[in-house]
Amino acid sequence: MKPRKITLEVNGRVRSATAEPRLTLLDFLRYALNLTGTHMGCEHGVCGACTVMFDGLAVRSCLIYAVQADGHDVTTVEGLCNGDGTPGPIQEAFQDAHGLQCGYCTPGMLISAQALLQSTPDPSDDEIREALGGNLCRCTGYAQIIDAVRLAAVSFQGAGG
Amino acid sequence: MKAAPFEYFVADSIDEVTTGLADSGEEATIIAGGQTLVPLMAMRLARPALLIDVNGIGDLQGIDLLAGGVRIKACTRQSDALKSTIIGERLPLLAKALPYVGHAQTRNRGTVGGSIALGDPAAEIPLVATALDARITLVKKGNSRELSIHGFYQGPMMTSREPDECITEILFPQWQGEGRRGTGFQEVSLRHGDFAIVAAAAQISVGEDGVCARASVALGGVSGTPFRISAAEDALRGTMIDDPALRAVANAVDQAVDPQSDLHASASYRRRVAKVLVERVIREAAREAANHAAGDAP
Repeated sequence: MKPRKITLEVNGRVRSATAEPRLTLLDFLRYALNLTGTHMGCEHGVCGACTVMFDGLAVRSCLIYAVQADGHDVTTVEGLCNGDGTPGPIQEAFQDAHGLQCGYCTPGMLISAQALLQSTPDPSDDEIREALGGNLCRCTGYAQIIDAVRLAAVSFQGAGG
Repeated sequence: MKAAPFEYFVADSIDEVTTGLADSGEEATIIAGGQTLVPLMAMRLARPALLIDVNGIGDLQGIDLLAGGVRIKACTRQSDALKSTIIGERLPLLAKALPYVGHAQTRNRGTVGGSIALGDPAAEIPLVATALDARITLVKKGNSRELSIHGFYQGPMMTSREPDECITEILFPQWQGEGRRGTGFQEVSLRHGDFAIVAAAAQISVGEDGVCARASVALGGVSGTPFRISAAEDALRGTMIDDPALRAVANAVDQAVDPQSDLHASASYRRRVAKVLVERVIREAAREAANHAAGDAP
């Protein structure tokens, strides 16, 4: 139960902090590292708002304890920005296609979309739907989110991956 | 929605796991993918005093083709199983079921052994394991044993695993001999990725003459555990898998299931869906078998 020190790479930077075993990776990112872009929705693995990349794969950060991330590599929505802090290509695509309304689910959607495009650069609509199936959105009806991912795929390919 | 406090131990070997379990008894719980355990802990339905993390143990990961079948080490990720060519070629029934297991984001973490250990009556992996007569290896300090999947599940989320045992691998035996093989998997759920209301799995083997030589038919979600419908299998064997045979199968399913009503579906709906899905998976398997060369995997 004693807090332990953990060291992990987050968005390319090595970060160290202490965490009690029961602290989720989600709470660790938000409260220990002040990376509040990752959102907490249901906190039991249903909604997908807290999705981050863990060693390059999309996972729910509310279902991993921070101590389990010791020595691993995490990418949050902040890591999708360009180096100068402006929106990265996938974020641009969500803006251009109006792939969000209230924005609560958006960080998880962006990460799931990024993970999809890294493994499948030219996804079919079915593949996009499957990849986003674990992310709930209560505003958009999903159609424009799918448009946004399709648009991002085009801009990724234009940029040579 | 925060877990109760617990101690956390990272095991580096199976020995460390079994020693930890032996020392701590029922106070300790193994955490593998955590995709069910962590929500249960968040809701305080589970309050282990000690979590033993097995994610770093290399001996618990991997998929191997052995003489007797396909061995999946317990901590193999569901997403790795889905990508495996061994499973694609040798366990097509499992390959068909895996896309229904949660979502990509949970399969990246969730493990094959974790799903087997949990024993949710509507879960896909225990259903396929039941259809394929899987064998489960359990290890405890100074001892190990191999159990058949049949009898392993004693009720919803209840297995014959002892508190000090760790599941290390699951063997899916391959069907031996000639014959054209086919598989079918179908489920009905509220949304894709949700637990099944009813799920059905079938694997069959037919001779050159089109007569069914062997059949395995199993259902999940209609009972406290996944189970084989032996009367349906009997009704298929020796037939051309034609309409009369399928009517006999539907009767057998009707007799065999005793579903419960819950907030997702009524018992009568489950009964009806079970009959429809069993017919569909058998037709799917028969179509596939007709197109397969004799002696092909599985």
